[in-house]
Amino acid sequence: MVVRGVAVGAPSEVEDAGVDVLFHALADATRRDIVRRCVRDELSVSRLAHAYPMSFAAVQKHVAVLERAGLVTKQRRGREQLVRTQPEAVRRARQALDRLEAAWRERVDRMSELLAPVPRP
Amino acid sequence: MTVIRVDKDVDNLSLTLVAEFDAPIERVWQLWADPRRLERWWGPPAYPATVEAHDLTPGGEVTYFMTGPDGGISRGWWRITSADPPRSLEFLDGFADSQGTPRDDQPTTTVRVELSEHDGRTRMEMRSTFASLEHLEQVVDIGALEAFQLAVGQADAVLAG
Repeated sequence: MVVRGVAVGAPSEVEDAGVDVLFHALADATRRDIVRRCVRDELSVSRLAHAYPMSFAAVQKHVAVLERAGLVTKQRRGREQLVRTQPEAVRRARQALDRLEAAWRERVDRMSELLAPVPRP
Repeated sequence: MTVIRVDKDVDNLSLTLVAEFDAPIERVWQLWADPRRLERWWGPPAYPATVEAHDLTPGGEVTYFMTGPDGGISRGWWRITSADPPRSLEFLDGFADSQGTPRDDQPTTTVRVELSEHDGRTRMEMRSTFASLEHLEQVVDIGALEAFQLAVGQADAVLAG
C-alpha cells in the first residue's frame, strides 16, 4: 500500500556489534549478489557457482565469508550445500513490518476519530 | 485501546492488525465504501488523499492521489479482488505514475479486510501481504523521506492549535 508520508517510526538502530565483519562481508559485489539471491530461496553453492565467472571453490570462499558475518546460513542436504540469507533478511523484514505497523496504527486512530460521535478536542 | 492485536509474520511477509471500533459494522464499512470518508483517513494529515475512481465491486478500481506539503502528488490504485459488503474486502494496492497508470515496476500489496460486529462494536481485521522482502522494504522506504516533513508538519499543527 502507499504509505508515503506516513510517520514510519524511529530510524533503524545502529548495530555496533560485528559491524566491521559485516562491512567486509558486504564490500564485495559478488557477496552482495549472493546475499540478494538467497533472500527468497535457498540456493545451492553449485547453482550459485554457475551464476558467476569463477570457480566453485571461489564461490564457496565468498559464502564462507558471508557465513562468518552471520548474513547467510549454510545447510547440507544430500550432496548439496544450501545457502540462505537469514538473520539479515529477518532483521530487515522486522524493521519494515514495524514501520508498516506504525503507519496502520495511525490510520486506525484516524478511523476511530471519524467514528466518534463527538469530534475529539 | 483501539488496536487490540498486531501480528507481524516475517516468514510470510505479512502484517495482521485487529482493531475494535465503538460503532456498528455499517458505519465502519462506510469508512471504506464512501470515498469522501476514505480520503479522511487513508493519508496522513500532511498528505491528504483525494479519491477519484471508487468501485468496490470485484474487478473494480479505486484510484487516488496524495498531496504533499510541497504540492507534490503521489498516485496509487486498488484493484478489487473480492467484496462482500459490509463484511469483507480484498484488493491489490499499488503505485501509479503521474497519469494514474499502474506501474509494473513497482510493488503491489494484497490487502484483506474483514469486519464483524459484536454487541454493537465492530472488529476489523486487516491483513497486508507482500510478494517479497524487496517489495515490502520499497513500500515503507518510499515514505521515509517525507516522514520527517510530516512530523514537523504535525508539530506545527499542534502548536498552532
